[in-house]
Amino acid sequence: MSATSDAASGPQDPGKESSVSTAGLDVKRRRTLVRGMAAVGGLGVAAVAWPFVTSMSPSARARAAGAPVEASIGKLEAGQLLTVEWRGKPVWIVNRTEQQLGTLSVDASRLSDPDSTQPMQPEYAANEYRSIKPEYLVVVGICTHLGCSPTYRPEVAPADLGADWEGGFFCPCHGSKFDLAGRVYAGVPAPTNLEVPPYRYVDDGLIVVGEDQGAAA
Amino acid sequence: MAGITSRLAAALPLTLPLTLALMLGAASAPAWSAGAGAALETPRIDQGNVRSLQSGARHFINNCMGCHSVEYSRYSRLAEDLQLDETDVEANFIFTTDADGEPTKIGSLMTNNMTKEYGATAFGVKPPDLSLTARSRGTDWIYTFLKTFYLDPDRAGTGVNNVVYPGTAMPHVLWKYQGWQELGEDSHGDAALTLAEPGVMSPDEYDTMISDITNFLGYVADPIKETRHSMGVLVMLFLLVLLVGSWFLKKEYWKDVV
Amino acid sequence: MSANVSPDNAVGKKNGLLAWVDERFPLSKLLEEHVTQYYAPKNFNLWYVFGVLAMVTLVIQIVTGIFLTMNYKPDGAKAFASVEYIMRDVNFGWLIRYMHSTGASAFFVVVYLHMFRALMYGSYKKPRELLWVFGMLIYVALMAEAFMGYLLPWGQMSYWGAQVIISLFGAIPFGIGDAVTLWLKGDYIVSDATLNRFFALHVIAVPLVLIGLVAGHIMALHEVGSNNPDGIEIKKNKNSAGIPKDGIPFHPYYTVKDLVAIVIFLIVFFAVVFFAPEMGGYFLEHANFIPADPLKTPEHIAPVWYFTPFYAILRAVPDKLGGVMAMGGAIVVLFLLPWLDRSPIRSIRYRANWYKIMLFVFAANFLMLGYLGIKPATDLYTLMSRIGTLIYFGYFPLLFILSKNEVGKPLPDRVTYHGHGRAGEAS
Repeated sequence: MSATSDAASGPQDPGKESSVSTAGLDVKRRRTLVRGMAAVGGLGVAAVAWPFVTSMSPSARARAAGAPVEASIGKLEAGQLLTVEWRGKPVWIVNRTEQQLGTLSVDASRLSDPDSTQPMQPEYAANEYRSIKPEYLVVVGICTHLGCSPTYRPEVAPADLGADWEGGFFCPCHGSKFDLAGRVYAGVPAPTNLEVPPYRYVDDGLIVVGEDQGAAA
Repeated sequence: MAGITSRLAAALPLTLPLTLALMLGAASAPAWSAGAGAALETPRIDQGNVRSLQSGARHFINNCMGCHSVEYSRYSRLAEDLQLDETDVEANFIFTTDADGEPTKIGSLMTNNMTKEYGATAFGVKPPDLSLTARSRGTDWIYTFLKTFYLDPDRAGTGVNNVVYPGTAMPHVLWKYQGWQELGEDSHGDAALTLAEPGVMSPDEYDTMISDITNFLGYVADPIKETRHSMGVLVMLFLLVLLVGSWFLKKEYWKDVV
Repeated sequence: MSANVSPDNAVGKKNGLLAWVDERFPLSKLLEEHVTQYYAPKNFNLWYVFGVLAMVTLVIQIVTGIFLTMNYKPDGAKAFASVEYIMRDVNFGWLIRYMHSTGASAFFVVVYLHMFRALMYGSYKKPRELLWVFGMLIYVALMAEAFMGYLLPWGQMSYWGAQVIISLFGAIPFGIGDAVTLWLKGDYIVSDATLNRFFALHVIAVPLVLIGLVAGHIMALHEVGSNNPDGIEIKKNKNSAGIPKDGIPFHPYYTVKDLVAIVIFLIVFFAVVFFAPEMGGYFLEHANFIPADPLKTPEHIAPVWYFTPFYAILRAVPDKLGGVMAMGGAIVVLFLLPWLDRSPIRSIRYRANWYKIMLFVFAANFLMLGYLGIKPATDLYTLMSRIGTLIYFGYFPLLFILSKNEVGKPLPDRVTYHGHGRAGEAS
């Protein structure tokens, strides 16, 4: 656009002193053409950018490696934890005992988000136990603070965690604490509860991690 | 004189690449490495024909994949491109197991379980991966190769030889379908193959089968081809719009130049 | 704020940010010098678009190259598979890879046409000798870049092509040759070590050199000004404002004109990318779809098409050292062109008829050599290659002798141009 004004200010002597003459210039037509071309060209640039941008998203190989994984839970004893790998991350499955489930309703005031209001779980796990079946907890074993993997500490009141510890997960990196439903305690660095991944039951003894409940069987 | 020269000169950049392209086009046919100068036949195949590709995939997996992998291809991509259900592919196409002994997963590459050592012992050479054979040798070669096995008592191991690939280590795996051919002479004295013992398929049925296999191997070598072509048409249309616009823009500005 | 950006300063009023930048960096000055107030002759014809197209191709190669390195593995055991991974598993990887492989050939197409333009209009002559030398250096760097890039897919042609070209250095006498080839390969054969170093050179070293040379080429061009199809200096005719009377600002006039050329180029380029990326085996060779195998040479190996004229010269000489020297000499002699052509007339329009014939024969001969380099070396083709080699090298001394006292046509005072102007105004 600025070029138009440059040209317009040029000498007006055709053929002799300058090779540029803007006498009789239809400014409106020129402006329309420039804007039209800029719009079409902009569309072209965006269309060219898209393949390059999307080439950096997970490839077919990464997506295949991140496919849903099956976990057999039939032999998981009460109180035990099973780790399966899904999209390269540890996913914990804990078979919680009656007594452990009982600790979840004791003292909600010590927790940051006792009612799971933050969207850290699928809708079907947004309940008191943060799970489909009360006894089986399924969570991504990555601390919501800075990505360390916490440790499972089911014992009650161990020396290092204090007398009020009722069992849960403890992150050694920065001391974040979670209860046995993966809910974060207040006053620790981690901002939210542990993430519950999408999962579904194929039957009583088989879980598929990575697929939502209600997805095609 | 100067006017003519300049007009000629202006036309040259258009004609030069064209000449070059024609030259390349003319020379492209012998660029395929045909074996022993045998004439190659061209199958009637179309990579856009999904039914032919499905049939080709089935024949390939049932008859060929025990020895030949297509290791750059994924089952999931195959299901998507060939419009097959993933569970059907898992049930009907996947016969292998992974390192844990579990059935090979749908997202896996289409390898087989034959080791290099076993292949070398059984055939003298490991059966090659066929992912890119349609691009290195061409679909005509594959089709003609599958069509021209004939009985040859001099070939101790397999008892067969091949017109386009003499001395091939591959047995005539599809003999049950084609039957056995013999190499003789036609009325002009040229080499010709005759069907000595028919197989369970008629020559036409067999031809369809190997055409489908060839079509499938063409697909596996260049799976994006159909998408590429349809996307290319859109790109061309867009560029033509851009060409018209830029042409008018140029004409408008060059009215200033005297 | 300093005093010269006072409220009544036009620039300061127009754009405060630009003025702020201009005080610290010559942004406006650079744009004026190289774009808005770079006066180019108004009589450019189609031949003058290939420089810009080369720039476009360079950008395509750099951008697609960056994205290819994100997924390519320069490892003898993984390279071939990683290319297929890009072609199949990476989103739009096929498009990026085909753009890069087609771009390599497109680069040489436009560069050859750009060079031929220089031959036709005498663009290498005084005062543009250095401009030509810069251009030739770009050409040599481009050949190195293309050669090393061609090894990376690690197919049979990649492998054996590299093997053959590296062996050329074995022709160096006094027992140095073998040591040099061993050093270049970093192993006793072309191997993982060779691949890895070629990757480093292809993605970092040579591109840096190329970009530097391109910058030098453009700076030299803008210092001396563009030549034109009439081959006369527009700077000799300036108006009272010091602007060449036959010059027009590069922007907007040549930007809009080049835009048309770029779109046409992109149509051809993407037609190849989408509909014929192998180009019948000339852009992507059939044998290169077979992984590199150090134990088995393909039946027929030829370099990629853009090297074949020189390959034909190499094969024409029945002596290893002689062949290598002829091939190198064929490139070196081009550097000397500004001093071999002694005629003061630049443009083919005003040169003697013998020059027109000679240049035509030279160009046709170059194409013939290119064709012969693709074909297997039969007796007939070898004979033709030898004749072609003699014609190629004969051109230069003949030019040197004949151009001394060339009688051409009289040169015009002003460039030839027929304006399209607005109706009734065009002179």
